[in-house]
Amino acid sequence: MHATACDVKVLEHLALTDTIRLMTTSWPRRDKAPKAGQFFMLRCWPADVAPVLSRPISVHSYDAAMGTIQFLYEVRGKGTEKLAALEPGDTLSLVGPSGNGFDVESALGKRVALVGGGIGTAPLYQLAKELNAGGTKADYFCGFRDEPYGVEKFATLCGKVQLATDSGRYGFHGFVTQLLNPEEYDLVLCCGPEPMMKAVAKLCEEKGVTCIVSLERKMACGIGACLGCTCKTTTGGKCVCKEGPVFDSKEVFGA
Amino acid sequence: MSEVSLKVNLLGKELAGPVIGASGTFGFGAEYSDIVDLKKLGGVSSKGITLIPKYGNEGERLLETPSGLINSIGLQNPGVQHFIDHELPIMETLGTAILANLGGGCIEDYEKGAELLNDTAVDFVELNISCPNVKQGGIAYGIQAESAKEVVSRVRAVCKKPLIVKLSPQAEDICRMAVACVEAGADALSLVNTFQACAIDLEKRRPVFNNIFAGLSGPAIKPIALRMVYQVCGVVDVPVIGLGGIATGNDALEFIMAGATAVQVGTANFMNPKACETVTDEIAAWMQAHGVKTLDEIRGCARV
Ligand SMILES: Cc1cc2nc3c(=O)[nH]c(=O)nc-3n(C[C@H](O)[C@H](O)[C@H](O)COP(=O)(O)OP(=O)(O)OC[C@H]3O[C@@H](n4cnc5c(N)ncnc54)[C@H](O)[C@@H]3O)c2cc1C
Ligand SMILES: Cc1cc2nc3c(=O)[nH]c(=O)nc-3n(C[C@H](O)[C@H](O)[C@H](O)COP(=O)(O)O)c2cc1C
Repeated sequence: MHATACDVKVLEHLALTDTIRLMTTSWPRRDKAPKAGQFFMLRCWPADVAPVLSRPISVHSYDAAMGTIQFLYEVRGKGTEKLAALEPGDTLSLVGPSGNGFDVESALGKRVALVGGGIGTAPLYQLAKELNAGGTKADYFCGFRDEPYGVEKFATLCGKVQLATDSGRYGFHGFVTQLLNPEEYDLVLCCGPEPMMKAVAKLCEEKGVTCIVSLERKMACGIGACLGCTCKTTTGGKCVCKEGPVFDSKEVFGA
Repeated sequence: MSEVSLKVNLLGKELAGPVIGASGTFGFGAEYSDIVDLKKLGGVSSKGITLIPKYGNEGERLLETPSGLINSIGLQNPGVQHFIDHELPIMETLGTAILANLGGGCIEDYEKGAELLNDTAVDFVELNISCPNVKQGGIAYGIQAESAKEVVSRVRAVCKKPLIVKLSPQAEDICRMAVACVEAGADALSLVNTFQACAIDLEKRRPVFNNIFAGLSGPAIKPIALRMVYQVCGVVDVPVIGLGGIATGNDALEFIMAGATAVQVGTANFMNPKACETVTDEIAAWMQAHGVKTLDEIRGCARV
């Protein structure tokens, strides 16, 4: 399925912490339903205004019945600052859904762990929803620097929910990798900062457990046209925006 | 209301419109098929393809600048044969003209690539002698008119398709370069490719790009690209396809009034994924508002 472009309305925009925003928008294109691990290129500034490139943000949640998408994002720089200024009723341009997404089908019925770090938890919520809808309750492990966000809503979708913070103010004091025992799982699905994903992948590899990761790269087109986001894999260069962002860790971290 | 016609005749082929998706920014066209009405476009120029598949460059590949983009893709592509077997059949279904953007290392690779394309559905070969991101990506041929002449005449000898030669703004003398390529058998010219540029990462105290230099594109380069197109249109009789920073209908009309037969839109696709269609519609609207019925009426009209 090819990505499409659509101007949508902001319906709700909440600040969860100083820097974390949860934005709900309309998504009228039911024929282009996004799935877990896919993303959109977002833009709310004119073509001739900086920054030149639109910004990739994952689907945090898709509600087919309501025709809405939620984005959970961190305000980092120029682009996300502009997004953060959006108010309900404002227009936002979306290009997508892009990327391969997680292979939920093949995860169903397995013992699954979802492992998220910081804003990398964003796509895992839609993933937990899709797994749960297929009758599979995954365990959820999440790590944050300090203040966690969006953890509660995994409770009904998942089995075990475990939280770690670097600061120790909430949950376990330390890294999420210290909580995870890959031997308890058939499959580990992971999204977070690359060093964290590499650590999780290493743990999994040692125990022979499959680890799937979602990579982040700078992107220009977001639809596989410019090859700006290529990553090395064991089978050659792959386009993160189109052939990813979801890869088997052995394919990308082994390369 | 009078009907305007956006049709363009390029080397005997009728194009639906004057706007072509520029190489390297438009994939193989299909990526945009649910975003842009491709039937309105004049064509799609494929990602640069080379005889031997290429991984492209390591390290950073993209950097935003004010009104521009620096890229160091390095001609990543699946190779000419893969293109013919896999990408081209899909391009054929898009309902728009196909430009195969052919890059190369040595002259023999260019020749073999062009030969492979002879008996295919490709409408035009756009010979890229101007990629700044590969040491042997052709930029060497794009700088000196003498070396360009050699590669173009060798490819011309084996190429049965209409041959467009894409020029680099790095050429020592853009007019001499243009004339040399036409003398060597180019049926048309397209210009410009990206400008060689540089950026430094302050934290690392090193160049951002592994190759140190990379190619600047986007609105930032438009006035210089337009100057070069204006100059070249004054010294050659073959059709010239203008590009470099075109993002609006007005931008495109400037190139056409400078003498360009058609235009290409590249980086603007990243700023507005419908840019090729937007530019086309804006040209039509301008023509409507000014009572201009065909582009022939205004092509080159600004030349003094
Ligand atoms: C497929 C994909 C899905 C994503 N999903 C989400 C999401 O759901 N929520 C979310 O908050 N973010 C997500 N991101 C990251 C998000 O795209 C970047 O944070 C955003 O582009 C930053 O833009 P900016 O203009 O605010 O920051 P900039 O001004 O561009 O940069 C600010 C700082 O962030 C760094 N940075 C910028 N872009 C990236 C990047 N792509 N990777 C790593 N560092 C970067 C810069 O180096 C700089 O230090 C995703 C990225 C990808 C590729
Ligand atoms: C990401 C990217 C990749 C490109 N790849 C190619 C290529 O493979 N072959 C080529 O001839 N030009 C390539 N170009 C150059 C463009 O086709 C065009 O000549 C240049 O970007 C100027 O036009 P613009 O300002 O409209 O982008 C590339 C440009 C960009 C931004």
